[in-house]
Amino acid sequence: MRKLKGIRLAHEKRTAESAFVTLPLPQKVLIPMSMHMGAPCEPLVKLKQQVSVGECIGASDAFFSADIHASVSGTVTAITDYRMPNGNYCKAVEITSDGLQTPYSELKPPVYTNREEYIAAVRRSGAVGLGGAGFPTHFKLTPKNKIEYLIINAAECEPYITSDDRTMKEKQQEIISSIRRMMKMLEIPECYIGVEGNKPEAIRILTECADADPAITIVTLPPIYPQGAEKVLIYNITGRIVAEGQLPSDQGVIVLNVSTMAFLEEYFRTGMPLVSRSLTIDGDAVDRPCNVTVPVGTSMREVLEYAKCRFDDVSRLIGGGPMMGLGLPEYDMPITKTNNAILAFTMDKPATVTACIRCGRCLNVCPLNLMPTSMEQAYRKRDKAELEALHMNLCMLCGCCSYVCPANRPLVESHRLAKDFLRSK
Amino acid sequence: MKKLHIATSPHMRDSISTQKVMLLVIAALLPSAVAAVVHFGWRALLLMVFCVVVSVACEGVCRQIMKREQTIKDGSAALTGLLLAMNLPVTLPLWEAALGCFIAIVIVKQLFGGLGQNFANPAITARVVLMVSLAPDMTHWILPKTAAGNAFSYDAVSSATPLVSGNASIQDLFWGSTGGCLGETCAAAILFGGLFLIFMGIISPVTPLAYLGTVAAATFIATGSVNEMFYQLMAGGLLLGAFFMATDYVTTPITAKGKLIFGIGCGLLTFLIRFYGSFPEGVSLAILLMNILTPYIDKFTMTHPFGAVSKKKEAK
Repeated sequence: MRKLKGIRLAHEKRTAESAFVTLPLPQKVLIPMSMHMGAPCEPLVKLKQQVSVGECIGASDAFFSADIHASVSGTVTAITDYRMPNGNYCKAVEITSDGLQTPYSELKPPVYTNREEYIAAVRRSGAVGLGGAGFPTHFKLTPKNKIEYLIINAAECEPYITSDDRTMKEKQQEIISSIRRMMKMLEIPECYIGVEGNKPEAIRILTECADADPAITIVTLPPIYPQGAEKVLIYNITGRIVAEGQLPSDQGVIVLNVSTMAFLEEYFRTGMPLVSRSLTIDGDAVDRPCNVTVPVGTSMREVLEYAKCRFDDVSRLIGGGPMMGLGLPEYDMPITKTNNAILAFTMDKPATVTACIRCGRCLNVCPLNLMPTSMEQAYRKRDKAELEALHMNLCMLCGCCSYVCPANRPLVESHRLAKDFLRSK
Repeated sequence: MKKLHIATSPHMRDSISTQKVMLLVIAALLPSAVAAVVHFGWRALLLMVFCVVVSVACEGVCRQIMKREQTIKDGSAALTGLLLAMNLPVTLPLWEAALGCFIAIVIVKQLFGGLGQNFANPAITARVVLMVSLAPDMTHWILPKTAAGNAFSYDAVSSATPLVSGNASIQDLFWGSTGGCLGETCAAAILFGGLFLIFMGIISPVTPLAYLGTVAAATFIATGSVNEMFYQLMAGGLLLGAFFMATDYVTTPITAKGKLIFGIGCGLLTFLIRFYGSFPEGVSLAILLMNILTPYIDKFTMTHPFGAVSKKKEAK
């Protein structure tokens, strides 16, 4: 079977050997009420209320949402509007830590006897996809179709990021137990763990830990970006094509991130919901690249200071990887559930943009076989019919086209706008 | 503390640039340029430098007059100038060469919107215009010095292009000691440059393979002679056209399937013009005609996106 196209990137996994470091407790955390795809949560706490670690402080009636919990114990000192990196606003709860990290008294390992209770327990954990997109996990576990494959996304194809890699090296037991628990409860017969070949150590550790279980296969994927994109991963592992408008479950597949799996196991053992985040701090403006574990809501400035970031040199701050991460406007932003990395770069000069020379490189690298340059042109003409004929909606904004463009066309930017344009009526 | 720069992803890019692409193609033409000087003397160098300078000047002045952003730095005008020179006989008067540059840069390229917007290859079009309007000068071939045995001196022995005379040896064609345009006589230099471009990932091997393969197959079927097949491949402007003109990004199809169709079309037209047309050489006309078809080829060879559901199927 032919694998999908993509690009070879310098991996820059400088932190692959840096074990997670737990940072000193921050004095304050700011917890946004929207750290996931779907409906934002409403704050459940009032000003000056005492909260403890793991206490639910935000929830939504919508099923497509994820609960939010206090990550430190202390006092609610503010409930404010917060502008997220994507420019939208949501509510955020500021908690001033009392330094004690008292766990919430009602926390206990969830008890479940059937599938529904298992999924309800997952929902109470506030779990979201930790790979970066933040898709509420419980939502993925409630498909209409019969699921044949559980696919664990451990590709981690973005340069620099090693937080999944570290999780695999440090929490292999949790990952495998979590997979077995889920396969049992959801009656999924087979599991594939997809890891890029540039992480041989993680592959070895997981293979050892899976102990020749016939139901769990560790698949070594080519280190070609974007191997971890859901559709690409599913196709490269199972050969199934998730068509336009379909969810993976329509093809009998559930895809979950490897760090999400590790978290779920810890949750089922201790009852502690998702209140901390492990992430990579790197970039050429960072003198001590590292992997850290911090309470959700910790200020980025604090972790960057720990990583000896040369703030004076930074001109681009990125939440996530360099290929798909969001450019961040300031340092005093909270680390959310979905932050798998913070990268600080000194920037080279902006590249000169020329007219498209129709070299076709973007077509040659697009994993989904789209025509990026034609899509850019169609958007410039605001031609809806043309954009639809080119299947603009399929574009997942992976950035391969922009990466290879010799004319430095802002293709991804145009595609992002084009997708919004198609959504608007 | 510096202000943070906000931009959409991706935050890193490959080091390739338009300028680099153009410079690499120019580099790939250098072996042919050297061969031209060896075979035709210093006037070949003069003609090449002249065409490059005039083309860049045309581009610069034109952008200035049109009050558009200056684009001479991208290297495309220099490349067009050099390519045009490669398509001229060494004896061509300079004013005619300058006219060619003007046609290529101003009329074919800039008036259609500049880089990336022209529908026909500027160098090819200029060559065709010159050939049609100044036929005697454009088809005045001299025998290269290497053929007579003393390089680097200038001698005006007239000679026909091997496509007309049909008397050059395969070896002459390979090393270029035969009459013809500056860049088209030495097959070895063109192949070297072309393979360099393929190796560097600048051009796709599909177009030259389809083009040369079609000409070879058609010639073999028509004549039944392997010798004639190689002769047709190496004589005239075919190799130069196949590696440097039919692979021009802007004026040829963008998909691999489209490139295949384009190459086969060029091959068939070249064969037909050479064997049945009134011109001895058909490469530039073939490529020009296929340039015009490119938008249609592009339309019929749109890719099928991964997981795309066509509207028709849905309706069923």
